[in-house]
Amino acid sequence: MEEIIQHLTPLLKEVSGYIFPNEIELHWGLLIVLYPYLTGLVAGAFILASLVKVFNVKELQPTYRMSLLTALAFLIVAPLPLLGHLGHPEKSFEIFLTPNTSSAMAMFGFVYAWYLMAVLLLEIWFDYRKDLIMWSRKEKGLMKWIHKILSLFSSDTSEKALHFDKKSVKVITIIGIPSAFLLHGYVGFIFGSVKANPFWSSVLMPIVFLFSAIVSGIALVLLIYMIVTPMRRKPIDMMCLNKLASYLFYVMIIDFSLETLDFIHRVYESEESIHIISELVSGKLFVSLVVIQVLIGMLIPLGSIAAAKLFKLPDELKKLIYFVAAILVQMGIFSTRWNVVIGGQLFSKSFRGLTTYKMTFFGLEGFLFSFILLIMPIVILYILFKILPPWDEARQPVS
Amino acid sequence: MISFWKKIPEQAKRLVVLAIILLAVFLVVRPQLVPSDFGELGHFRASALQDIIAQPVQYAGHEICTECHDEVAEKKGNSYHRNVACEVCHGPAAVHVEEEETDMLRIPRGRDFCIVCHEYLSSRPTGFPQIVSESHNPMKSCITCHNPHDPTPPEKPKDCAGCHASIARSKMVSHHVYVPCVRCHDTPEGHFTNPRVYHPTKPTKREFCGGCHASDDPSVAGIPQVDIESHGERYVCWQCHYPHLP
Amino acid sequence: MSILKSYQHLNQPQKRRAFVKTFLLSVAAIVFPGRSGSQEKPKKNSKWILDDDYDATEHRWGMGIDINNCIGCGRCVAACKDENNVPKLPFFFRTWVERYEIEANGQVSVSSPNGGYDSFKPEISDKQTIRSFFVPKLCNHCDNPPCVQVCPVGATFKTVDGVILVDKDYCIGCRYCIQACPYGARFLHPETRTAEKCTFCYHRVVKGMSPACVENCPTQARIFGDLKKTASPLVRFTRMHNINVLKQNLNTEPKVYYANLDMEVS
Repeated sequence: MEEIIQHLTPLLKEVSGYIFPNEIELHWGLLIVLYPYLTGLVAGAFILASLVKVFNVKELQPTYRMSLLTALAFLIVAPLPLLGHLGHPEKSFEIFLTPNTSSAMAMFGFVYAWYLMAVLLLEIWFDYRKDLIMWSRKEKGLMKWIHKILSLFSSDTSEKALHFDKKSVKVITIIGIPSAFLLHGYVGFIFGSVKANPFWSSVLMPIVFLFSAIVSGIALVLLIYMIVTPMRRKPIDMMCLNKLASYLFYVMIIDFSLETLDFIHRVYESEESIHIISELVSGKLFVSLVVIQVLIGMLIPLGSIAAAKLFKLPDELKKLIYFVAAILVQMGIFSTRWNVVIGGQLFSKSFRGLTTYKMTFFGLEGFLFSFILLIMPIVILYILFKILPPWDEARQPVS
Repeated sequence: MISFWKKIPEQAKRLVVLAIILLAVFLVVRPQLVPSDFGELGHFRASALQDIIAQPVQYAGHEICTECHDEVAEKKGNSYHRNVACEVCHGPAAVHVEEEETDMLRIPRGRDFCIVCHEYLSSRPTGFPQIVSESHNPMKSCITCHNPHDPTPPEKPKDCAGCHASIARSKMVSHHVYVPCVRCHDTPEGHFTNPRVYHPTKPTKREFCGGCHASDDPSVAGIPQVDIESHGERYVCWQCHYPHLP
Repeated sequence: MSILKSYQHLNQPQKRRAFVKTFLLSVAAIVFPGRSGSQEKPKKNSKWILDDDYDATEHRWGMGIDINNCIGCGRCVAACKDENNVPKLPFFFRTWVERYEIEANGQVSVSSPNGGYDSFKPEISDKQTIRSFFVPKLCNHCDNPPCVQVCPVGATFKTVDGVILVDKDYCIGCRYCIQACPYGARFLHPETRTAEKCTFCYHRVVKGMSPACVENCPTQARIFGDLKKTASPLVRFTRMHNINVLKQNLNTEPKVYYANLDMEVS
């Protein structure tokens, strides 16, 4: 109780205009910003993987397994910010036992479970099964048993079985694409369906969330590929990299168009909330929205990748451009999530005032915990790379 | 059936078995964890209703006070405070009803409680008795002159300002400052005890205002004059001119 | 000693009369069974019978607020905090009072210092105020509640008599309902870490009492009543006044009806 008093009392002075008395406490903070960012990376990485399997984009083959494992690593961490945010995480299982079917949040629990188990884990399993069997036959000790258990003690490596694996992967990916859309579109729907908040309430919200997710996912895989490949002392496949950058570029164009459309639509209709939202965007949210999300996170990467595509630049310069662009994109997409989640709560539902968000450093809602949560998927990814190496060289032919 | 099972590839068989195990675990665990009365009355735990209505009552309600304090209640019942519940001033009394000896209620005797309702605030509705506490007997406690159970003021407030504070203050800084309220509003005696039932009258014709503002009588020289026939189309005077601040 | 004490109340006339009435009724019940008790009421939906003989299916509760009567004294806010053990801090309110001051040039200032708990202080200002009034606010107990719609676990629900309640033992504290409420009526309790809001003092209503805020309003600005009865103060209220509700365009179907509500109230 003391903590709450100490945390909230200074906020009273920072309020401008009038807010409802209960609105002084901003409820969905940094953890809830982190959550759509993480699930967005999952959806984006998976869509990239699906480009290889379903649309047969051969150039992206080196990143196929890497994308799947990236998606898995982030998907494992994704529920953690939610658990940390709940008032009673020990009762969180209630969502699965007595879900309220009219609640987007409850139904999302099942979408998540479906996506994790029926799509991602299955696809990884089918794709790796043959290699798991071959590795476990060759290795000794702990790794042998890990691989044996992961393969569910399967042992059939006949042509028919391998053919079945390949077909399954294709089918699962085809199911997986709408599932990935649903996974992150649902998060957008959780915000977009709240009629009480005119900043969130929009038909475009799930679509914008989804496309910005794909942008961030592709950029992430690009970054991981560019970091891990030299670490393994292997040459970067420029065809693959150029293709990644191309897809990033095209999806960014779509995403930027959608966000611009949302903005134009809002200003054109000029509904009741336009005054307070304009005050918010031109004031408290100016840096995170106009500067970071739009300028740094969208326009500069778009411009630089366009330059790399248009002009004949040496490979080294292109790699630098792609790398920097991908980092700026990550900053921009994180900022997008911040602007939606926190921006949407900075103005009062009375439409007459603005409040403030003070981030702490320690504590579950603090910066440190979120930073750890961001590092965690990278650690998990490292472990996954060790157990299920995604490099083409690691693939074992049947012997 | 067995031939169908044989046709399924080996890896798929393992997955199916795993899926069946997971589903079985879920089906066994779920009834253990879901509260038994969930869903009886709707999508919620039915015993929550009992938990909620078991909350102890703090405010006993105005009726129960009259059972012991019947004389005070009768006096208050005929006064201006008849609709003010006892617990508004004396605080929650549910415990006092059970243990009247040990749990005594508060009795506000200073100046700071009465002004919570009766301080002059421009947002308070006209007709509600308000005073400016800084200048209204600042050194005396309110109950010196006003018995809270029969708060009729010792003197009738002059100029209707006691209840119509906002209007009186507007009129005080207006050109109508010398016009007494009763010049325009005939006030029946009953208005002082039953204000919402007995209403003062209001002028109905333009000619009423014309008595001062459309007259060439020397006594009203210096007061703005208009041609009552043509000025202001079909409207009556007070549809444009606020009489308390013209 | 204790026996004497239990008969002491007969010294007062009211209590004596009540005792005699109960005694005669009891005798009548024995002599004429089935006529004098409430046992013969037909049991409709027995599952919704709470607290002795309160049948929730027979009622539909709502509140009426007359803006012209509210003096902004804040006794309702204080009574609610006392009755429901709401932390006496300026961050948590089940009900609060707002003050509106509308100036001649159209500018509007709204304030709610500590929710109106300590009433409002007089101020010296040079505002050219043309309209000014107080607006008490609380959970509207909507008939189409967005908060119930979004609760992921079924911790908040609508009772059959129209009251929206929260099961604090089941709530997981996700705060989706707080986001979904357009009126800012909900908050997270700092100690239980669960969502909380006005309950229409349901624990009083089932005992035939009115909510603490209604009980304590000195000017009857708040009217509580049963919309199902023909003779009810709330039904009369909805007949005698032009009624408005907050944020009508959101179609939450609120059951707190305002009379004389200004357009600037958001």
